[in-house]
Amino acid sequence: MTKRAILVLEDGSVYEGYAFGAEANAHGEVVFNTSMMGYQEMLTDPSYAGQIVVPTYPLIGNYGINEQDFESNKIQVRGFVVREECYQPNHYLSTKTLHQYLAESGIPGISGVDTRAITRRLRSSGVMMGTITSDKTPQEALEQLKELPRYGETDFVKQVTTDAPYQWEPELHGETSESLCKIVVLDCGLKYSILRIMHGLGCTMQVVPATMSADEILSLKPDGILLSPGPGNPELLDYIVDTVKKLIGKKPIMGICMGNQLIARAFGAKTFKLKFGHRGANHPVRDLSDGRIHITAQNHGYATDPDSLNGGLEVTHINLNDGTVEGLRHKELPIFSIQYHSEASPGPLDNTYLFEKFLEMVREESKWIKVKQ
Amino acid sequence: MSKPSKVLIIGSGPIVIGQAAEFDYAGTQACKAMREEGVISVLVNSNPATIMTDEGIADIVYIEPLTVEMVGRIIERERPDGLLPTLGGQTGLNLAVDLADAGILDKYNVRSLGTPIQTIRNAEDRELFKQMLISIGEPVPDSATVNTLKQARKVAKKIGLPVVIRPAYTLGGTGGGIANNWKELERVVTIGLATSPIHQVLIEQSVVGWKEIEYEVMRDGADNCITVCNMENIDPMGVHTGDSIVVAPSQTMTNREHQMLRTASLKIIRALGVEGGCNIQFALDPNSNNYYVIEVNPRVSRSSALASKATGYPIARVAAKIAVGKRLDEIPNAVTKKTMAAFEPALDYLVVKIPRWPFDKFASGDRVIGTQMKATGEVMAIDRCFEAALQKAIRSLEFGKRSLLWEDRKWEMGTNINSYPLEPNDLRLWAIMAALRRGVTTEELAERTKIDLWFINKLQNIVGMEKQLLSQPLTPELLWQAKRLGFSDEQIGTLADRLPEQVRQLRHNWNIRPVYKMVDTCAAEFDAATPYFYSTYEEENEAESLQGDKAVVIGSGPIRIGQGIEFDYCSVHSAWALQESGFKSIMVNSNPETVSTDFDTSDRLYFEALDEESLRDILENESEETESWGNIPTPSIVQFGGQTAINLAEPLSRSGMPLLGSSAEVIDLAEDRRRFENFLNQLGIPQPPGAGVTSVDEALGIAKLIGYPVLVRPSYVLGGRAMEIVHDASELIRYMSLAIELDTKHPVLIDKYLEGKEVEVDAIGDGERVLIPGIMEHIERAGVHSGDSMAVYPGVNLTEPEIETIVNYAIRIGLELKIKGLMNIQFVIMPSSQGSLVYVLEVNPRASRTIPFISKVTGVPMVNVATKVMLGKSLKEQGYDTGLWKRQNLVGIKAPVFSMSKLLGVDTYLGPEMKSTGEVMGIDYTFDAALAKALLAAGLMLLPQGAILFSVADRNKPEALPIIRKFSSVGYKLYATEGTAAMIEAVGLPVKMISKKLSEGHPNVVDIINDGTVNGVVNTVTGGRIPLRDGFQIRRAAAEKRIPCFTSLDTARAVAEALANGSQIYSAQPLPDYRRKGPT
Repeated sequence: MTKRAILVLEDGSVYEGYAFGAEANAHGEVVFNTSMMGYQEMLTDPSYAGQIVVPTYPLIGNYGINEQDFESNKIQVRGFVVREECYQPNHYLSTKTLHQYLAESGIPGISGVDTRAITRRLRSSGVMMGTITSDKTPQEALEQLKELPRYGETDFVKQVTTDAPYQWEPELHGETSESLCKIVVLDCGLKYSILRIMHGLGCTMQVVPATMSADEILSLKPDGILLSPGPGNPELLDYIVDTVKKLIGKKPIMGICMGNQLIARAFGAKTFKLKFGHRGANHPVRDLSDGRIHITAQNHGYATDPDSLNGGLEVTHINLNDGTVEGLRHKELPIFSIQYHSEASPGPLDNTYLFEKFLEMVREESKWIKVKQ
Repeated sequence: MSKPSKVLIIGSGPIVIGQAAEFDYAGTQACKAMREEGVISVLVNSNPATIMTDEGIADIVYIEPLTVEMVGRIIERERPDGLLPTLGGQTGLNLAVDLADAGILDKYNVRSLGTPIQTIRNAEDRELFKQMLISIGEPVPDSATVNTLKQARKVAKKIGLPVVIRPAYTLGGTGGGIANNWKELERVVTIGLATSPIHQVLIEQSVVGWKEIEYEVMRDGADNCITVCNMENIDPMGVHTGDSIVVAPSQTMTNREHQMLRTASLKIIRALGVEGGCNIQFALDPNSNNYYVIEVNPRVSRSSALASKATGYPIARVAAKIAVGKRLDEIPNAVTKKTMAAFEPALDYLVVKIPRWPFDKFASGDRVIGTQMKATGEVMAIDRCFEAALQKAIRSLEFGKRSLLWEDRKWEMGTNINSYPLEPNDLRLWAIMAALRRGVTTEELAERTKIDLWFINKLQNIVGMEKQLLSQPLTPELLWQAKRLGFSDEQIGTLADRLPEQVRQLRHNWNIRPVYKMVDTCAAEFDAATPYFYSTYEEENEAESLQGDKAVVIGSGPIRIGQGIEFDYCSVHSAWALQESGFKSIMVNSNPETVSTDFDTSDRLYFEALDEESLRDILENESEETESWGNIPTPSIVQFGGQTAINLAEPLSRSGMPLLGSSAEVIDLAEDRRRFENFLNQLGIPQPPGAGVTSVDEALGIAKLIGYPVLVRPSYVLGGRAMEIVHDASELIRYMSLAIELDTKHPVLIDKYLEGKEVEVDAIGDGERVLIPGIMEHIERAGVHSGDSMAVYPGVNLTEPEIETIVNYAIRIGLELKIKGLMNIQFVIMPSSQGSLVYVLEVNPRASRTIPFISKVTGVPMVNVATKVMLGKSLKEQGYDTGLWKRQNLVGIKAPVFSMSKLLGVDTYLGPEMKSTGEVMGIDYTFDAALAKALLAAGLMLLPQGAILFSVADRNKPEALPIIRKFSSVGYKLYATEGTAAMIEAVGLPVKMISKKLSEGHPNVVDIINDGTVNGVVNTVTGGRIPLRDGFQIRRAAAEKRIPCFTSLDTARAVAEALANGSQIYSAQPLPDYRRKGPT
């Protein structure tokens, strides 16, 4: 517990703290998340692949790790940076501590650092690469950082997508509700909550690898297609963009986060990197159709350039803080997407209505009245 | 809905338990919001010690009683088109409902803004509320409302004990409680029914021991909803949230649980249709995801004030703007200045709130806490870990040396968990610490207290650090870790065997200093503009020393008996005066309820404990290193923060920190009894004879010399062992024996008790001149604490020579003491053969609690003038001269307000020890009208017709007779206890004798109070404390029945006169009109 560790950022700043979790070094893009709860969901969110995450809330691990709140099958972050890790959690569902979970997953953490100072640096200088190490000097760490591949040049979707297609089975209660329709989810790094919620709405959820071709997807006879969230730079994903282009007009499509950017790119729009991204559970988004404000969960480092939009897409939602694009729809086709996370987790559940809206769209389109069994 | 053009805002009235300074903060914010929105604000409140009642905050200010009749007249006169009922606490809500019921809102076309009247009814009426929740699918504990004890028994049988009893329409849970057995059920239901204005209580399934979680929710007219924050009560269900230690944000809930309750909160505020802020309380099962909705407050509240200070999100201000039609996304976030109010604050620290209970004053009070709130105030502390926030909050309580190391010697220490007082009470936290130190396990304690193990583990961490400090050498690493856990230099010194100053020196040698981080609503995501900081031991300091002329205003900490909202009023005005003079004002305070801790009151706010360590750290952080002048320290102002701030004068001076205004030397001279006695002797100003003694014999000798009765008080502060008036040698022996047993080192002060007319003045000195804005005469004679007396401006019964003497003394004392700033002098006037003799009782070289009152009645902005004097602008330069300021053509009467119904076991009689929690003001052109208003506002006015009970001590009987006659002459029916009845019969007045012997049949005195036969009581005490049992029962019965009980004949006389003079004729005018216009 008292082994020293350091976090070194590529601008040369060094933060001293204590090692916890696995005894390993880690490097990645250092980003902060302002959500005060939901560290387990953050850790397992595939959109954090390649990143070292700094929760801005100082006390992390208070309620341990439970079996209900995984968003994928493993820890996805490269490293975890906290002000204080709780080694004595208390919760009736807790099965292990944060430290145990990181340690058994081979992921290092650093605690005791001034996470607010780190956040202020990332806010003013922009996100940057960094290293957590307990056996290197700052100088060595910095040298090594320069050798490593840049975050924006790596295709992380290929690393996190499912190897083989699978159908979502409810994990806990096992009840099989009657299926109203079939949704294929293109897994760019999806979160289980999407599956949980849509399954709860009566959908059969078929998850497929991000590399699956449009023809293969359509051969599954989906009623709708959901493009999942996912990590990294959307400009590296031409192979998925091509797939999406071929799906357009065939089936109703909903895109979430990366899915939003993929739809934008499929229609020829450009994306760009935000200085320090949007990561948290408190981002206000305006629905331009009625002016209403929605509090949303967000986790993205890239945004769509609204000036580059064409092909019938229009902006439906914008971020109240910085005006960036938060939602798109096609003027004629049954396609819409959001840059934020309607599945929340962590974050507010105010936007789950969008899944219902998607199902409305699917219902409208396929005129299905079919009932399984 | 269209935007209103003129809005009436109802204040919350006097400070009582359950309704404190948070509503001054809310009302002040609302008035500012109205101004920003171009809406004319009309404010009515009876409490003069508030910023909201300052001219310049609202557009039109009424300081009048909060009655339907009075507010109706104000509406008739002002014709507002909107009413904001949600900012004046329960008082405001209840009054709004009453105004609606009386048809006044309809008659004058006034619409209720923010929260519809029907919503208030839905949320307040337990049955309607329950039906509403059930209709939207939200779980509620099994319950039923009842109007009789019989119904209550039936319901409780169905639900099963234990049950919670909650009276409808009361504040702070007054009259409620938990019943574990049938006897308790009977007792609590009876009180509850009596307390509820509609005689209705809710009997509810008990979820005692579940987690108690609160949400602060906002909604606008376009149905946009956000939650500002959530809070977790460390004390689980069963303890009123106002009496719970609270942490924000919640610590032990998963995201899933939090979102479940957050979603429920939004659903509820939408169902209620509240446009503004709303507080929702949940009980969450610690072992499943079952929850219940416990309570909803469709208004700003104590919790919303806490949430505002905890997050930086100004709930009241935003709520007020929503009420006049703004949407959340149209209201800028005043903290970031870049984003809008439509977002949810992200905290990167946590806050701990601890209630401040009055048991240090009321040693005999029942210290057990439950569903009825008993705290008078609260403190908040901010830090980046729980241990540090908790320990800083404890330092902020200002219990002298009572850090977490404190233990009650009465506890039987050991490993047996049963030997510690672990039921909810004000000392429970310390008891848990003591148990942990002796090896009681965290699991045992969590099981026993139902406090989440997470919190107990954190306390165990503190104990662990204590043990390290006791056993290990103090290294830089250990000291750093101790500071990170919030240990004060003093605690570290105690444990590591060093003086606090040595610890400080070590810290400096090792460069271990606090840094200051910003409260910015967004966890550093945006570059915020707020000047709101807290200390922590981390790497990066964000509070660079402010540039330019500046001064620190030291605030007054938590609201407690004896140190109320008045001092916050003074602190705020001092900060503003600094700004007017081109100085940057830096506020330091620990009280989340107040205007002073609003981040836009000062140029910079440090939310910190008010002790030597934290002030010196702040002053060092604010000192400027300059090339030519070296280190320039920042001066402090200690005159406005009550005893808290004045106590810091000496330590700050000693450490080389400059003070503005009167020096520490002057303060010491006034406070040191012997030095002050010599000082007055030199001036030839008389004071009551007396001395300090250390033995019983010495005491008896002095008392014999000066003559009984004598006033005795310890020269040290010790809970509950207070000032007393002693009438004979046996009482003196009793008092002295107790005092000496408790402390042999400090002398006991004995003074001749002069039962004369008490007078006080507040004055401003600049070294050359002394300005006395006004003289206040007390209605109660000396012997009743000035804070518990009714005070009349101007001294209507004072003779010219008396006034001359008072003014002369005040000027000479002010000049000779070289007072720079404020002072308060208390006098007693005794009749003598050569006219009357004026004695000086005490001089306080600081702001007193009458400053807001006297500023408002005279129009002299005393704090403003005094602050400018301190900065070097003389009275003359400010347009004032020496002597008494011109007498206003009005009468202002300040009356005390008590919270006795909430403090079981506390004796309510008035004496030299202060007991009131708040005050009201009655202002009018005549004494009678002002008196009637003051009594009305204080809840002391009797009905024009009724019955009254007299139980008067023998030595007061002659004096009581004229008062009794007066009551009889206005048609009051007289009841009296044995001796008093005999006297009344002897003079031929009709009286019904009623026994005060409670064990000897019915009806007795307590019965006729409880059954409503009498609607007022006059009861004087026989002296001493032991033989008071009967009287005590009478007074407690009156307090719990909430009928006026007069223990001073002076007050009773005033009330009798008010009744006799038919004083229902009084004015309803804006405050400045009384001064400007004169009677019409």
